[in-house]
Amino acid sequence: MSKKLVSAIADMREEEALKLVRKMLSEGTTPIAILDAAREAMGIVGERYEKGTYFLPELIMAGEMLTQITAIIKPELAKMPEVKRHGKVLIGTVKGDIHDIGKNIVSFMLDVNGFEVRDLGVDVAPQKFVEAIRDFRPQVIGLSGFLTLAFDAMKETIAAIKAAGLRDGVKIMIGGGQISEQIKDYAGADAYGRDAMAGVTLAKKWLGDK
Amino acid sequence: MAAQPTPEEKQEALFQTWLSPKDAQGNDLPFQSPQAAQQYKERITRIKDAIQLKKRPDRVPVVIAPSFFPVFNAGMTPHDVMYDYDKLAVAFKKFALDFGADAHIGATAPGPGRAYEIMDYKLYSWPGHGVAPEHSYQCNEGEYMKADEYDALIQDPSGYFLSTYLPRVFGALGPLQMLPFLPGILEIYGVAINFIPFGIPPVQAALKALMEAGGEALKWIGTLGAIDGELASQGYPEFWGGFTKAPFDTLGDTLRGTKGIMLDIYRQPDKLLEALEALTPLMIKLGVGAARATGKPIIFIPLHKGADGFLSEEQYEKFYWPTLRKVMLGLIEEGCVPNPAAEGGYNSRLSVIKDLPKGKTLWLFDATDMAKAKAATGDTACIMGNVPSSMLNLGTPKEVKDYAKKLIDVAGKGGGFILSNGAFFDQAKAENVKAVVEAAQEYGAYK
Repeated sequence: MSKKLVSAIADMREEEALKLVRKMLSEGTTPIAILDAAREAMGIVGERYEKGTYFLPELIMAGEMLTQITAIIKPELAKMPEVKRHGKVLIGTVKGDIHDIGKNIVSFMLDVNGFEVRDLGVDVAPQKFVEAIRDFRPQVIGLSGFLTLAFDAMKETIAAIKAAGLRDGVKIMIGGGQISEQIKDYAGADAYGRDAMAGVTLAKKWLGDK
Repeated sequence: MAAQPTPEEKQEALFQTWLSPKDAQGNDLPFQSPQAAQQYKERITRIKDAIQLKKRPDRVPVVIAPSFFPVFNAGMTPHDVMYDYDKLAVAFKKFALDFGADAHIGATAPGPGRAYEIMDYKLYSWPGHGVAPEHSYQCNEGEYMKADEYDALIQDPSGYFLSTYLPRVFGALGPLQMLPFLPGILEIYGVAINFIPFGIPPVQAALKALMEAGGEALKWIGTLGAIDGELASQGYPEFWGGFTKAPFDTLGDTLRGTKGIMLDIYRQPDKLLEALEALTPLMIKLGVGAARATGKPIIFIPLHKGADGFLSEEQYEKFYWPTLRKVMLGLIEEGCVPNPAAEGGYNSRLSVIKDLPKGKTLWLFDATDMAKAKAATGDTACIMGNVPSSMLNLGTPKEVKDYAKKLIDVAGKGGGFILSNGAFFDQAKAENVKAVVEAAQEYGAYK
């Protein structure tokens, strides 16, 4: 039945997926096995997005199904299973900018590709990034921004990370709306990613994953 | 009965009213010099020739479409111009005159901050209200229309706006939820009953807020009219006659929100399609009404959620394009020139969007390959674009000119091209913006 669940989620059959989860639980499948199936399905969704057969509606639907499934099994779940992760990525939309669609896609894709992601949300002040680096200890930082004001906000954020003595320990990638290679140099980032997949590729490269 | 004018005749008539600017009293606007009068005419004719694809213009027209750049360029903040209309006038006049593009885009964008304050506008954060004074306003995305409200919207869109949507996006209009169902005012029995809500104190407070905000908006539009009149008298036409939206964006931007509409594609596709159809005549009316009121044919349509990467080709062709196309055809039918602005990339949409009548549309492209855009749409539509914001901000005038020259060579071949920036921008180097205009003047002449 877990195979059926994987394909129901991966093929966007929401009602069927939720029904299956309830049925499996009532028939004794462990919450962990259900989560594993959901995670496998998320991997397929990510692959299809990468290949260009899935787009924003599917990513949002997949996220929505996962939230609902987690809510259903939560009472049964003593503790979340530990998953082996490739590394940690800290991500956020820079100060002054409240756009989050692109950032959310990157978060999703990093997550399904096995990274532990901490998403600071939107309009994140440089100091908040600095504090989160100290606390979360990421290897990679992703700065997102849609507006032209993000050029300076990214520069300020990276300067603040540098001033806190944390720049050498991390790789920084930037992306979003009007961001380009030129902004990477201006802001002092390590790389610019055109889309979510570029972000995943960069994170993998930096963390030595093949 | 006299024959109805054709869409061609209607378009020609709108170009003619654009060519004959009026003052606030409706009289012919006096130009400041014969030279200004001539330039005004030349500039519009240049744009018109580029759009109509009947003959090549004398040179490639150039238009700069910024958001808050004119404000920063004048050493002001967005907060300044949203609250002080004299400053607004100074900044936008300076922008039009300093850079001398073939048309300016007016000073409508900043909007009257005080009116938003009076109404407790929740859909946006604006300078001093949620964002810093030196930043532009930004939209607070949310689910302002709930998933189960499609029928209400479809059955009575205007009623839905009045008593459900507006109370959600304006704090001061919350009491409008209590408004009566106006089609109930049919005969004498229905009259007094339906007046009752207007007697209730909270509804009266909402109406009072509307009157106050209206007064502020009137002050603001007076300034805008004066700016446009003065610039026209100096030979600079205003580019846009109004705006409308693609029905999918109308729903997806500020009603259902991105998440809501993307889920609806799977959860209630039929309702979504029905709502898109229901909104289509309204979006046509919005654009046509604006063009008639301003006497200018070009109607701006900012496109958001149909860009590359947002929807699959199949989803684009099922949910996005059909009603956008209907809106554009509806505008064209009434003589307007739809000016869809494809923010982001539109490379995967090019073969779909060419399905439009010739010489009626102006596509503004941002991160789209302009050579491919020209190849795909060049024989039906005029295209416009696409100097990147990052280059305007961080590049050099030489880089900008090289880029623009290449655009002129590729996209400007044979006419049907307007040189411009690709996306709205706030920050840029003035010399780079100037370089865009100079590039059209230096390399844009058709022999």
